[in-house]
Amino acid sequence: MRRASWLAGAVVLAFLAIFFGWPVASMLWRGISSDSGIDLTGYGEVLASARTWQLLANTVGLALAAALGAVVLGVPTASILYRRRVPGGALLRGLITVPFVLPTVVVGVAFRALLGSTGPLGWLGLDGTTFSVVLALVFFNVAVVARQVGSFWRGLDPRLAEAARTLGASPTRAFCTVTLPQLMPAIVASACLVLLFCSTAFGIVLTLGTPAPGTLETEIYTQTTVFLDLRTAAVLSTLQLLIVVATLVVSARLNRRTEARIKLRDNPELPLRRGDVPAAVVAAFTVFGLELLPLATLLIRSVRVDGAWSLHNYAALSSSGDGFSGGVTVVEALQHSLQAAVDATWISLLFGIPLALLLSRRVRGAAAAGQRVLDLAIMLPLGVSAVTLGFGYVVSLQAVAPQLAHSGTLVPLAQAVVALPLVVRSLVPAMRAIDPRLRDAAATLGATPWRILRTVDGPVLARALGIGAGFAFATSLGEFGATSFLASPERATLPILIARLLGRPGGDNYGMALAASVLLAVICGTMMLLSEYLRPRSARTTIGGAW
Amino acid sequence: MLRRSSTRLTSTAALAATALLLSGCTLVGGTGANEPSSSASGTVTMLTHDSFNVSDELIAEFESATGYDLVITSPGDAGVVTSQLLLAGDAPGVDGVYGLDNYSAQTVIDADVLAPYTSPNLPASAGALTLSDELTPIDQGQVCVNIDHEWFEENGVDEPTTLDDLATDEYAPLLAVTNPLTSSPGLAFLVATVAEYGDGWQDYWQQLLDGGAKVEGSWSDVYYVDFSGAEGEGEFPLVLSYSSSPAESGGTTGVLEASCTTQVEYAGVTKGAENPTGAQAFIDFMLSEDFQQALPESMYMYPVDDAVELPSEWAQHASLVEEPLDLDPAEVATNRDAWLEEWNTLYEAS
Repeated sequence: MRRASWLAGAVVLAFLAIFFGWPVASMLWRGISSDSGIDLTGYGEVLASARTWQLLANTVGLALAAALGAVVLGVPTASILYRRRVPGGALLRGLITVPFVLPTVVVGVAFRALLGSTGPLGWLGLDGTTFSVVLALVFFNVAVVARQVGSFWRGLDPRLAEAARTLGASPTRAFCTVTLPQLMPAIVASACLVLLFCSTAFGIVLTLGTPAPGTLETEIYTQTTVFLDLRTAAVLSTLQLLIVVATLVVSARLNRRTEARIKLRDNPELPLRRGDVPAAVVAAFTVFGLELLPLATLLIRSVRVDGAWSLHNYAALSSSGDGFSGGVTVVEALQHSLQAAVDATWISLLFGIPLALLLSRRVRGAAAAGQRVLDLAIMLPLGVSAVTLGFGYVVSLQAVAPQLAHSGTLVPLAQAVVALPLVVRSLVPAMRAIDPRLRDAAATLGATPWRILRTVDGPVLARALGIGAGFAFATSLGEFGATSFLASPERATLPILIARLLGRPGGDNYGMALAASVLLAVICGTMMLLSEYLRPRSARTTIGGAW
Repeated sequence: MLRRSSTRLTSTAALAATALLLSGCTLVGGTGANEPSSSASGTVTMLTHDSFNVSDELIAEFESATGYDLVITSPGDAGVVTSQLLLAGDAPGVDGVYGLDNYSAQTVIDADVLAPYTSPNLPASAGALTLSDELTPIDQGQVCVNIDHEWFEENGVDEPTTLDDLATDEYAPLLAVTNPLTSSPGLAFLVATVAEYGDGWQDYWQQLLDGGAKVEGSWSDVYYVDFSGAEGEGEFPLVLSYSSSPAESGGTTGVLEASCTTQVEYAGVTKGAENPTGAQAFIDFMLSEDFQQALPESMYMYPVDDAVELPSEWAQHASLVEEPLDLDPAEVATNRDAWLEEWNTLYEAS
């Protein structure tokens, strides 16, 4: 067992080293090496500039605001959608995850159609403000918090909070002293993910209103693609990596302070009560105001052609566009997307499940240090600029194996790297909640390590697996940065095709881009609904039974 | 309970079926389209920008005529293509490149990553566009401020006719342009203003920005969101786009002729090419009549061969302007970074 865990850890690290470490290190190396050896003068120059600190402040400020927003809206939403019987609950749960896969170019269009001066919310005067960027980031990420916290919350034993109420605690006090500490690991884990996602947001920041002078991500893009100034880009990338490390350190601290050992169970969804009203109001605003409104705007624009209702844009999806010869059709691109997503999902689960087991074990000493290294290695891809990773592939993998790089084989592998943190973060909080005494008891009774894995960890893992797989699939479906470098045009995925359609003049291309986005949204929503249904509901399910 | 498990069973089955269907042609199954051909010399790999598009029929024509398999890789816009070429240096991983424009051409020539090649198919009309023997002009276009004719008619306002007009208090608030750091038409327009005003370009931009002109991140933002004409539902009747854009709007929009500047797109053979003859063959093919004829329909660009006829809508609404504002590409290459940084300083201060 022990040897197996070390081996699993080593394999995962090797995978990350090849598909992430090597490309990124190649780029950083070019930034700090010169003819005469290592040259770190760039660090002094860049860090001495006030502009750099402004970029850092903008990046951290935006990400913190978005993470805070996602928690404030996501936790009440989770409490209603995952614990209470509401009409169409499963549908709404699927719906809020849709934004997660939409290409940023499309969300940009939807938000600007909504907030622009001629849009239905134009009177708010939000178009082009930094606040609208934060709103959009929350729109993207609220599902990350709601899904993780919700699936965890559903498994909490309600009797503890009820006992507190019986002893005279107010509902608020019972929540703050009993429930919230139990939820903390899931809240912290998901908030960290959101923070990291938002710290490398690019398209949406560019479209909706970049706070001057920009963010680390926009600056890295400019320095790399416009000025080819790898020295400056390397310094800024280092700052990005430091943000990841700092986030993880803080979250580990928070987790250590709050992590409780709880027994997860299956609770039935209860009807709404009077005490749920405040949470229900927040949930309704989140689901209908923040999530549904932009999606509805997108849908409506996709069925309006020249001021009339028409399905013309959808009819065009099987062509490459009217008056436009050649190129991948939307239907073909969708097929490419789904294929890549299936592959990326199983690859990320293949690595994610052993990783989650490794990371959720309570260990001390060298093993604990090993855990921390692994944890950091998995999270780093979230905090690295897509353009750094993309060009990194060019100077590492492509330089060594051009045929392989152009074949499209690497697309699902790169997507799996991006999806891995989400998979692991979906599994770990639930796994760590298992009382280790259960395992000890099983061992005392003579169960083999594998049998303990199957009977103690298995059911909990299976329960979280649907959430993890759903996230992996969604991440892969919506992935843009690495895919654009690795997918040849004839194998273009849907997000890439949508971005290209938006880059061409002519009403048909624009309409097709909108229709294709709606299609992508529907498919993502459907997949999420399926992964909800696949949650094993009986405690007797084993891993084998989950598939 | 029973009913619930049966729904679960159904959806499990549905998901499993979908997964099986999909995995039939995924990583494990291998895809027919991407298997490297038996001999490496039979493949020609081209690096292009992401607007590159050519019909399957034309590709089939090229492949059957030459015997090569064509592989395209397009990581991003012209800026990304240039950066990738310079970054990859001696190990380009591609045989040829298409999509370098006249603003980055000189930088690539100076970096010495391309091999000389002069195509036998180069038409005489492309002679004026040729910069050096490493780069072959393939197509051209113009970046212009587009005008929503209908808006000016409805509001009873005269249309602007010069660059000077745009910077006035009357027109500046009606104009949306793109950021030259993140968008290639944005850079073209910046160069146009330098060509017109020389050292006074910063004052001009200061007036534009102070007057309320809007700067967006990308072309689709201005054309599809801000523009009041064409597909846009916005409030800006003047936006930065291309001379070819009005071809799509049936005459309801046009261009501000005094604002136009030329964009030429070039192709070349990389020095580190595994199959240089294949890349040369593809360049010859891009200059063939069939490909040149397809350019407006497939990439919204104009052929470099003036013997090729434009589609009727183009001839009617989107012909190239006679006297565009142009600068010597060598001068652009020398000053590009400095101009961009100065522009950015101006913009961030506004």
